[in-house]
Amino acid sequence: MTESIVRFDKVNKWYGNDFHVLRDIDLDVAKGERIVICGPSGSGKSTLIRCVNALEEYQQGLVTVDGIALTDDVKAVEQVRKQVGMVFQQFNLFPHLTVLENLTLAPMWVGHLPKKEAEERAMTQLQRVRIAEQARKYPLQLSGGQQQRVAIARALCLTPKIMLFDEPTSALDPEMINEVLDVMIELAGQGITMLCVTHEMGFARSVADRVIFMDQGQIVEQNPPEEFFAHPKNERTRDFLSKIIAH
Amino acid sequence: MATDSFVPIAPRPPPVNAEGLVPWLRRNLFGDWKSSLTTVVLIGLVLYLLPLLAQWGLFQAVFGANADACQAARGTGACWGVITEKWRVIIFGRYPFEQQWRPEIATVLMVAALVISCVRWFWKPWLALMWVAVLAVFFSLMGGGVFGLEPVRTDLWGGLPLTVMLATLSIFLAFPIAVLVALGRRSQLPAIRTACVIYIELIRGVPLISVLFMASFMFPLFMPQGMSIDVLVRVLVGITLFAAAYMAEIVRGGLQAIPKGQLEAADTLGLSYWQTQRKIVLPQALAMVVPSMMNNFISIFKDTSLVTIVSLYELTGALGLALNSDVEWRPFKIEAYLFITAIYFAFCFAMSRYSLWVEKQVSVSRTR
Repeated sequence: MTESIVRFDKVNKWYGNDFHVLRDIDLDVAKGERIVICGPSGSGKSTLIRCVNALEEYQQGLVTVDGIALTDDVKAVEQVRKQVGMVFQQFNLFPHLTVLENLTLAPMWVGHLPKKEAEERAMTQLQRVRIAEQARKYPLQLSGGQQQRVAIARALCLTPKIMLFDEPTSALDPEMINEVLDVMIELAGQGITMLCVTHEMGFARSVADRVIFMDQGQIVEQNPPEEFFAHPKNERTRDFLSKIIAH
Repeated sequence: MATDSFVPIAPRPPPVNAEGLVPWLRRNLFGDWKSSLTTVVLIGLVLYLLPLLAQWGLFQAVFGANADACQAARGTGACWGVITEKWRVIIFGRYPFEQQWRPEIATVLMVAALVISCVRWFWKPWLALMWVAVLAVFFSLMGGGVFGLEPVRTDLWGGLPLTVMLATLSIFLAFPIAVLVALGRRSQLPAIRTACVIYIELIRGVPLISVLFMASFMFPLFMPQGMSIDVLVRVLVGITLFAAAYMAEIVRGGLQAIPKGQLEAADTLGLSYWQTQRKIVLPQALAMVVPSMMNNFISIFKDTSLVTIVSLYELTGALGLALNSDVEWRPFKIEAYLFITAIYFAFCFAMSRYSLWVEKQVSVSRTR
């Protein structure tokens, strides 16, 4: 394996006093690796990837991102967020700003780019997700699939090394899932590190370098997709897969 | 096997044409016998009252400033003469009579500035400069002492200029305080949060009158000997702090309606706390609270009438000043009150209409 870019070292997290959501998580993600994380709801998979850009705090262990140890240090959090883009289930676009303004906001205010340059970069990313013609519209004028592609473009505008996807297609109408997956597949071919929580097993099969199955805050099983789908080792994994693939 | 192809049915107009006056009348005013009866009774009432009102207010009314004629018409016709006679005291209060052109210009200037500020086309950086200039001119004109203008003490300021100035300044000053306090109340820092909660609850727990009393009578007791702050300033600070507490709660309502995902997205993009508030949270939160905020502005405008209690004679106070000690004209207070009612109404109605326009503006930019 090549050099590691995200590393979890015995990470533990609790919500309140009695919900132990992440339990002894050890994970090494290599640069450029594409990982799909699946598991039942409440298994901690979203929490896991949200630890990578410090949207969640953890109480024990250590998360290291691109050589930066994520502790309480605000500077470290700032540094890490510059390297990590994130796409949410509910898109979380800013409804009062146009598509273009959604994309230029961070490059202008965080990256201190001049407006013209930020807009050029934004248009490049919009073309990449094939939605450049909608640049002047407001997010709520677009379909769910279009909004999610804008959200992906927005994350890419900060030229992150790592992209996190938190169930990016779960809130979409069935007819719109593919347009988003196509964009993600294209992205995957371009060498960016991806951590993706999803139940799109077709996507996992064709794109992932490694599939991780989580349950009750633990990593139960992880393997390359061929192995993972053909010969799940753990009984819990087998049970889960039979449920989501049966229909 | 042949496949069926999907052929959409062309859209058709609805079966009943509901346009036009007669269908509208039938649907809205004469839908069934109950609504028909209500319509008839209400029309009857209007037809009965309107002539009475016209008789009193127009045909039998006295328009000249003649107290005897007014006395004679008492009970049958209105005495608008009281306004002809007293309007300058009502509008300008105790301000020296021969100097009243100064508050007149000052008020017109301030109202014009307010109207200009409402127009979107003027929302440019120079608007702030214009306000600095307008306020400088306003206070120079009112207070005098510069450019050879005779000085006029602030306790002599009164009437409409005082009402407009107190309302405008307290709203302008209270708004930023309110935003900061609302953000503070949701702060992660316990000290800031507690301070904001105490401020809001303390102010909301007392009536405006007692705040004004404290500002006017109690505050000077705590000042060092020989030091004094102008009563107008103290009252202005009182109203501002009072208004800010209420507005802060309105803003907080808007802040709470912002989905958590918006904040997470901003965090993810690396925006700082203040960038997030300024660029993401406040534009959405404030747009949501336009109706209740304007409601509050209107209520502040009318609440300025309470400063009478500390001997500042704004519009309502000046009316009392004009009539209470005048035996001849005192009986015609109702007409005078109707006069200032019309003035208050004009301002408040304008604000309320403007609020509807603003609401439409902000909603246009969010969806379409």
